[in-house]
Amino acid sequence: MEKAIRKYWPIFVLPTLAAFCVGFIYPFTQGLYLSFCKFTTIKKATFIGFGNYAYAIRDAEFWHSFWFTALFTVVSTVLINVIAFAIALALTNKIKGSNLFRTVFFMPNLIGGIVLGYIWQILLNCVLSLLEKPLLALNATYGFIGLIILMCWQQIGYMMIIYIAGLQSIPEDYIEAAKIDGATTRQILFKIKIPNVMPSITICSFLTITNGFKLFDQNLALTGGEPAHASEMLALNIYNTFYSRTGPQWKGYGQAKAVIFCIMVIAISMIQLKVTKSKEVQQ
Amino acid sequence: MKMKKVLALGLVAMMTATVFAGCGSDAGSSKDDSSASGKVYYLNFKPEADEAWQEIAKQYTEETGVEVTVITAASGTYEETLSAEIVKDEAPTLFQVNGPVGLANWKDYCYDLKDSSLYNELTSDSYALYDGDAVAGIAYVIESYGLIVNKDLLSQAGYSLEDIASFDDLKKVAEDITARSSELGFSAFTSAGMDGSSDWRFKTHLANLPIYFEYQDKGIDTTDAIEGKYLDNYKAIWDLYINNSTCAPADLASKTGDDAENEFANGEAVFYQNGSWEYANLTDKGMTDDQLAMIPIYIGAGDEAKQGLCTGTENYWCVNSEASEEDIQATIDFLTWMVTSDAGTKMLSEQIGVIPFKSAADTNNLFVLNDRDYTDAGKTPVSWNFTTMPSEEWKNGVGSALTAYAAGTGTWDDVVKAFVDGWALEYAASAQ
Repeated sequence: MEKAIRKYWPIFVLPTLAAFCVGFIYPFTQGLYLSFCKFTTIKKATFIGFGNYAYAIRDAEFWHSFWFTALFTVVSTVLINVIAFAIALALTNKIKGSNLFRTVFFMPNLIGGIVLGYIWQILLNCVLSLLEKPLLALNATYGFIGLIILMCWQQIGYMMIIYIAGLQSIPEDYIEAAKIDGATTRQILFKIKIPNVMPSITICSFLTITNGFKLFDQNLALTGGEPAHASEMLALNIYNTFYSRTGPQWKGYGQAKAVIFCIMVIAISMIQLKVTKSKEVQQ
Repeated sequence: MKMKKVLALGLVAMMTATVFAGCGSDAGSSKDDSSASGKVYYLNFKPEADEAWQEIAKQYTEETGVEVTVITAASGTYEETLSAEIVKDEAPTLFQVNGPVGLANWKDYCYDLKDSSLYNELTSDSYALYDGDAVAGIAYVIESYGLIVNKDLLSQAGYSLEDIASFDDLKKVAEDITARSSELGFSAFTSAGMDGSSDWRFKTHLANLPIYFEYQDKGIDTTDAIEGKYLDNYKAIWDLYINNSTCAPADLASKTGDDAENEFANGEAVFYQNGSWEYANLTDKGMTDDQLAMIPIYIGAGDEAKQGLCTGTENYWCVNSEASEEDIQATIDFLTWMVTSDAGTKMLSEQIGVIPFKSAADTNNLFVLNDRDYTDAGKTPVSWNFTTMPSEEWKNGVGSALTAYAAGTGTWDDVVKAFVDGWALEYAASAQ
């Protein structure tokens, strides 16, 4: 078996590699080239050099959306992971109906982002209207809080499933041994459970960070970037750069922003992977 | 280890080669196809007319044997869809732009229709969209908008259409209805919703009026620096809309186009700003011609005694110049058939509206007939100058400021700033 894999691995890798090249490498390379061009359609691009990047870096709205996105990512990553882990802990405690709870918590994840965005927009606007506060589209702070609530609601269930799997894979003897040694619940949590679910924490924080940075549908549907771009996140900013003005230069600017955006997301998630991976323990 | 790397690289190279080879051969074969006989591919902008287009395309194919494909872009995604479709090997041969600003993006793809049979069918040169001397686009529908009135409710409030002939009249009537609204059981205006499905009625269509009167004063038809001379009138009409409406001004941010339409159809308000395209929706909801009328939007500017409805177009057909000769010819033939044959003109006037072509069929759209009556009575239609608005970004800026002003989180100065300064900024940005 081992030998066969060693011999035929290229055949096993080929389909995925092909998909990766067609779906990622090729468009990415083309996108990289287009970020140095002015264009309306990808077939009629004129090379202009670094001008697009110069514009993108000087664009105040782009930086505003960057900081807005960064703040959103930090807050949502922390909240989603802490709450998801807490729920996972509760639901691994052999309580009655825990399967039902797991299903219910997971369900929001099955609804598409645009639909969720509009549903939450109606819900939150009703609440704000009853409280006589400005609606979502009028106040960036409420828009931000709305986005956080929406994302928590949607993603906690998914992360919870990963944490449950992690918690269940901790050998019972570790916990039993700790109990016999007289460890408190708190000690068991911090000295045994958390170190042992580090691989799950790595993957969950990776997913929440990248989801936070890439967020588009929910942002578009819930606030649409209102008021006046104040609640606009990076992906929406790039989209608006592309389509809210006419002229070939805007596509180039948008493309340059998209490349910067991509590099930032890759860099940040690499750092995160390195940091959390180093804390993982071998069982 | 080294062997593996070489192998991997080899595989990547091989695959990339297959991918590119695939693209290459595709392009070759489709060109062969198209040279055999012309085909038409229409990327339609109006989702509400999709079904009618599909049917007429089928009928044309049956009559002439020419293949006609109609694909409709989802509402609000036309630019995106067009950008993606036009680079394909089977690109649309027929698409549309919304006026001079939209044309800037697509002029490289517009076939000059000056010598085409389609151009000769136009009733007036003013319905063509020019790029220099070239005819880049042909308007295919003329629409009107104004204040749609529920005449039954208006008479219940003790007024008739003749009582409203100026902004002052409108204000008097609206404020009187508001004062008695609990007794009457309805409001003056439907909600001026600023949700994305409705905000174009105000940031684009209503904003056309101050722009139109400024252009008239200066005798121009476009500018890169708007002065905002009639913005006080814009404020007056906006205040009237938001303060005499079915809902509190602070709630407008979340009100949709459907909300306003339903309020009007349910008899909750007398006035509803919208256009001739709304006729079918209102009659489908049970309103009758006896109940309805469209009157001009008076803002207290210009000669109000002579003001008609806002009439114009933002729908221009363009033929893709990148398509093969045969496809271009097939497309022009199809369009000519659409605007000359009985079946084609009937479909256009029933489903789309008034068409500016010599053999147009007559329409039963009440609002279009209203527009005709106003013109026959010697009133001047207000032209559509919003096609000269610098960008979508400008409209969004004005819309945002209007919403904030209505809710009290912003001031009117912000609207003026977005309108005047935003205009100059956006024109400068697109000239970069």
